[in-house]
Amino acid sequence: MRNHDSEPVLSVQNLQVSFTTDDGVVRAVDGVSFDVYAGETVCIVGESGSGKSVMAGSILRLNNSSTATTTGKILLGGVDVLSADESVVRGLRGSEVAMIFQDPMSALNPYYTVGDQIAEAYLVHHPEVSKKDARQVVLQMMIKVGIPSPEKRIDEYPHQFSGGMRQRIVIAIALINSPRLLIADEPTTALDVTVQAQILDLMMDLQKEFGMTILLITHDLGVVAEVAQDVIVMYAGRIVEQSDVEAIFHAPTHPYAWGLLGSVSSYGASKRGDLFTISGSPPSLISLPEGCAFHPRCVHSLGSGSRCQSEKPVLRPVGNNGSRSACHLADEVLVSIGTGTGAR
Amino acid sequence: MLLFIIRRLFFAIVLLIAVSVFTYFLFALLPTDPAALSCGIHCKPETIAANRIRLGYDKSIFEQYWLFLKGIFVGRDYGIGTAAFTCPAPSLGYSFNQHACVTSLIGETFPVTAYLSIGAFILWMMIGIGVGAIAALNKGKWQDRLATAFASVGVSLPTFYFGLLALFSIVIWFQILPFPSYESPLDNFPAFITAMILPWLVLAIISAASYTRLTRNGMLEAMNEDFVRLGVAKGLRLRVILRRYVMRQALIPIVTIAGLDFAGLLGGAIITESVFSLPGMGRMSIRAVVDSDLPVLVGTTMIAAVFIVLANVIVDIAYGFLDPRVRVS
Ligand SMILES: Nc1ncnc2c1ncn2[C@@H]1O[C@H](COP(=O)(O)OP(=O)(O)OP(=O)(O)O)[C@@H](O)[C@H]1O
Ligand SMILES: [Mg+2]
Repeated sequence: MRNHDSEPVLSVQNLQVSFTTDDGVVRAVDGVSFDVYAGETVCIVGESGSGKSVMAGSILRLNNSSTATTTGKILLGGVDVLSADESVVRGLRGSEVAMIFQDPMSALNPYYTVGDQIAEAYLVHHPEVSKKDARQVVLQMMIKVGIPSPEKRIDEYPHQFSGGMRQRIVIAIALINSPRLLIADEPTTALDVTVQAQILDLMMDLQKEFGMTILLITHDLGVVAEVAQDVIVMYAGRIVEQSDVEAIFHAPTHPYAWGLLGSVSSYGASKRGDLFTISGSPPSLISLPEGCAFHPRCVHSLGSGSRCQSEKPVLRPVGNNGSRSACHLADEVLVSIGTGTGAR
Repeated sequence: MLLFIIRRLFFAIVLLIAVSVFTYFLFALLPTDPAALSCGIHCKPETIAANRIRLGYDKSIFEQYWLFLKGIFVGRDYGIGTAAFTCPAPSLGYSFNQHACVTSLIGETFPVTAYLSIGAFILWMMIGIGVGAIAALNKGKWQDRLATAFASVGVSLPTFYFGLLALFSIVIWFQILPFPSYESPLDNFPAFITAMILPWLVLAIISAASYTRLTRNGMLEAMNEDFVRLGVAKGLRLRVILRRYVMRQALIPIVTIAGLDFAGLLGGAIITESVFSLPGMGRMSIRAVVDSDLPVLVGTTMIAAVFIVLANVIVDIAYGFLDPRVRVS
């Protein structure tokens, strides 16, 4: 179990994000709460469409304000991002909290040199620094993220870089202001397998060097096992389980996590590279099932007429590993199935 | 890059020669006899024959074309003896209807067209991009709907109809402006402005419509780009993001189309000039069609072609500067 005496770096409290679309209201994030503490790496896993990116985006208030409705609280160093002035949030973006996106091919502005773009990220929070000095800072950062011959490459455009090199540039942009929190949304998914490992190693090295806290969204269980202290499992916009990395691999406490981690054969799960796929498909976020959103796919569901079909389960402590689970099954059942079949 | 420019210019010249051949031969094949037209209805056959020799129409069409081409570079002499006269280089021929060298006719009318085009162009870019940007920034709100309505009405308005409507309402009914009567800005600047303001506005509003749509859609598309999201995540101000990220991308197709549209106008804003009786190249071309004034038609067509071909080259080169991805390859 983790020991947290200090204030969390990030505290998300009952976050709800919904989008108004032509088809109806999409409840992308539906009451999510968690804390992230200094120096930790927290991984968020879950199927495609479970609301991971929307949740991550709302931490810096990046979701389109004209279609998205966001409620709840997001505390970053005592500031509630959701109710703060735009100028306050702008001051946090890129300096206190930085973000890395999934696709390095489209994340960089094609019309400016990479040097300009890294420098821009630095200068916006260091307006007193001259362009010439900023260039030196940029060169140092390019060396740190492992770009060969940076003096030459600093004046090149994004399209002249490979995917892996571009993601290094994106990381350089993210880290140039030594942020306290780094949010990485599937930073390696779009890259070649060999490059994935390099980028991840780079991030972990830099985490040590900068003493950063990392919130990492990933589909790769190997990565979770390697870097995470804490793991959050999302399903249909809600957290279904939050556990220590040890606990989640050895004794997960939610039926969805059992399926996702491939630990329970009854789901007929098949490995597809990273996360396991669970039979059935995720629910439509416009019309979620009553009760637990997972019950139509859950082999452990208590059946028709039960609470599974009428009542949304809330996240509660289960077992003595510090795990939290949102499931109507009894604690003992969750612990015994989880431990009985957990280890991979 | 330099090589690219040289290559483009070379092709432009080849293209212009092709256009000149095409125009010249096309008009020469028309079933009119320029020599007969040059002296009216009650013309004696001897005069027609004499005129034909005087104007060079007795020669073969290839020889005529050659003389035309040569005239552009060295000027051209017409007639013999005391009746002889010269159109100095660059000569585009001689109009027997108007008894003047085509080059000097164009020299008189082109400035009018240029003033009209430049003024309208500046206005329409400001209106088009401005309204489009307001629409994009207020997507779905009333500003957006208003702009979209403006765009769809503007594109479908025929210039002729809209021009007449403006003329009638503003000049005749409300009498806000006097009837436009063109004066050179060098002679009488206030009169010039009063005459031009209506045609400028009419042309600008009609052309701005499609730019409104282009700007709005381009900006909305750009705003969805990942790199714009990263720009926001960097902590940049909205103003900086709009300029360096959104507009930078949205403007590229606009520059391309604007260049071609502007060049097209320079070749003669035929309808606008006719409606507002501006003595520009467009109106002269229409007159030339009515009068079968072939040399003038060939001349104005050539000038229009030069502008369009040049605009293509400039737009291509500008594209290379605007989009680094094009520049390198
Ligand atoms: N701007 C938007 N308007 C409407 N719906 C949206 C918008 N953005 C996201 N959504 C919806 O919200 C849901 C959650 O999307 P999100 O991108 O957070 O999923 P994710 O968990 O990140 O998935 P992935 O693993 O594929 O990245 C999806 O159903 C998506 O369609
Ligand atoms: Mg995502």
